[in-house]
Amino acid sequence: MNSRSGTRVGPLAAKHVTTPELDIDVLIDDPDTRIIVCCGSGGVGKTTTSAALALRAAERGRRVVVLTIDPARRLAQSMGIETLDNTPRPVPGITAEHAGSLDAMMLDMKRTFDEVVESQASPEKAEQILANSFYQVLSSSFAGTQEYMAMEKLGQLRQDALKTGRWDLIVVDTPPSRSALDFLDSPERLASFLDGRFIRLLLAPARGPARLMTAGLGVVTNALNKIVGAQFLRDVQTFIAAFDTLFGGFRQRAQKTFELLQASETAFLVVAAPEPDALREAAYFVERLNEERMPLAGLIINRASRASVGGISGDQAMAGAERLDEVEGQDDSSEVTAGLLRLYADRSRIVARESRLRQRFAAAHPHVPAAVIPALSTDVHDLDGLRLVGELLAG
Amino acid sequence: MAASSSNETDWDGVRLHIVSGKGGTGKTTVAAALALALASSGNHVLLCEVEDRQGIARIFDVHPLPYEERRIASGPNDGGDVYALAIDTKSALLEYLAMYYRLGRAGKALEKFGVIDFATTIAPGVRDVLLTGKVYEVVHRNRRSKHARQYDAVVLDAPPTGRIAQFLNVNSELEGLAKVGPVRNQAHNVMAMLQSPETVVHLVTVLEDMPVQETTDGIEELRKAKVPIGAVIVNLARPDELHKGARTKAIKGNLPRKQIERGLTAAGITSTTELADALLAEARDHAERRVLEDDQRKHISNLGVLTYELPRLTDGVDLGGLYELAAELCEQGIS
Repeated sequence: MNSRSGTRVGPLAAKHVTTPELDIDVLIDDPDTRIIVCCGSGGVGKTTTSAALALRAAERGRRVVVLTIDPARRLAQSMGIETLDNTPRPVPGITAEHAGSLDAMMLDMKRTFDEVVESQASPEKAEQILANSFYQVLSSSFAGTQEYMAMEKLGQLRQDALKTGRWDLIVVDTPPSRSALDFLDSPERLASFLDGRFIRLLLAPARGPARLMTAGLGVVTNALNKIVGAQFLRDVQTFIAAFDTLFGGFRQRAQKTFELLQASETAFLVVAAPEPDALREAAYFVERLNEERMPLAGLIINRASRASVGGISGDQAMAGAERLDEVEGQDDSSEVTAGLLRLYADRSRIVARESRLRQRFAAAHPHVPAAVIPALSTDVHDLDGLRLVGELLAG
Repeated sequence: MAASSSNETDWDGVRLHIVSGKGGTGKTTVAAALALALASSGNHVLLCEVEDRQGIARIFDVHPLPYEERRIASGPNDGGDVYALAIDTKSALLEYLAMYYRLGRAGKALEKFGVIDFATTIAPGVRDVLLTGKVYEVVHRNRRSKHARQYDAVVLDAPPTGRIAQFLNVNSELEGLAKVGPVRNQAHNVMAMLQSPETVVHLVTVLEDMPVQETTDGIEELRKAKVPIGAVIVNLARPDELHKGARTKAIKGNLPRKQIERGLTAAGITSTTELADALLAEARDHAERRVLEDDQRKHISNLGVLTYELPRLTDGVDLGGLYELAAELCEQGIS
């Protein structure tokens, strides 16, 4: 050992990572926080978290609109947004003394897309586009349309907020994508498709210097005709011809949304469950936000198991349960106690495992503030439930 | 299949098992356990994934999978085996083009002009046809080619419930787009396979409100698409440690503290107020959850499909855990 033997290395050192705590109330009370984006992989409780956050902010005085993607039916009902009409509606039952207001809406991706077309194109052209069969499929099922439209809607809400002063905070839930990053990439993907070489060639097949390329194109279109049929290509071509003038607009909008996401008024919250997959996705996301210079406010670990404080270890509890099981002619009190000791042991092991996972995340991302929401034994489907989640979130 | 001689199983005659479920319910875990279960007694099983997530590699703790069938595990019991394949759209398209068209120069041009990217990331529906098309090729392989590897069963880790009907309903997606041509024919063939009795779709859920609701909606949609429904597989079920009487008392908050103190003494553990409190809280929490879970179980049993139930593994899922889950599935009659 050398003179620095006081420095701990290895696993013992790693145990002492302390992550800064994420103070949700500071974040939502800050008037400079104008957009909060909740992201994370599917099934981690993003929708509930964003709704709870929006409600808490509203009841602490903000004027909030929350954009949800696919809320549970009962939750949507209790927020008064069970009809999917793409318009923010006031949520009834905001009662706190210094409450601001809370509006909520559910994203209708097709309608959002239609509205963009209608707002950008002349009436005849819009009609042409909306009737095109390629557009119809694109707007309802293109992998990524939902993500793109969520971001589009965010831009619109932001414009509205600036214009009317109706809201001073927008909370956005993100779609349950295959990957949590899809919504960042989809505008770019759509834009690069619309600007792409293939499209340009389809639009202007035979012009001067491009003749050489056109020869190549002939081969391509022939091949495509063989594979998907000529009708498909004609549909795409008509769609593109009609859509042509809007391309620039789309790209610009995508660019603007991207910049909005980088602005200091925006805060990203990464939501994860204390499970390896969800945390891996969260880590990936944290890296990506850094790369894109997007402001990450912190990590929310949802549905964490509550620790049981009983003064004995899980192993001791397990040993006790086993001892009771060995007793012949077990009476009721032994049976019940053995069951409870097993539950206790089970919980201790799960809590230990989750805390190990969190430690590892913290070791790799020591600067990411984190907040933990303990698991509830009941489902959240009304404002009271959301309020409770909000309280737990604020710690 | 000489191996599956002994008993009848729930899914004799099924060659393609499609596994879907809400995000976070453990769809990939269940698909992997199912593949292992089906590989018991010497069967050859292929486990496929389609979403570029490398979930299979992760769960089996092997290197990321290429677009190539790789043996990743031995089946339980008499050494069948599980192969895995990660299907990505681009490779599937290039393979498809090479197989059915001798495109030569055009093939390269397609790539150069961004058509491949267009087809695989943008063109609606085409993506799904390509993915399911590859599955079709694998399932029907033995009827066409004598040289390639043949499987007794194929398990597909499919997109989540929210997208599953659309994913499988390749015909309607392409309707109005590709009206003629080989892609159209391909879609027809795939659809015929999906709607035949050799295919089933299993839905994975946990015993919570939203996932069960999504399962219910998913079943309805799949029925509309005429795709045969397999089972509902309940994942992450909690242990049942208290009998009904004790649960009722626990919810009302009158589980006698004395009883627990007595039990602790019998267990050789010093009974403290702190510990008794913790156990009483444990009892209440458990009983409350149990009421909710039973409620969800009732919903599920009303769906009128076979159900299986897999326990939550306290230490998380690793390779050993997968074999445990597979054994559980076998015991419940899945294989």
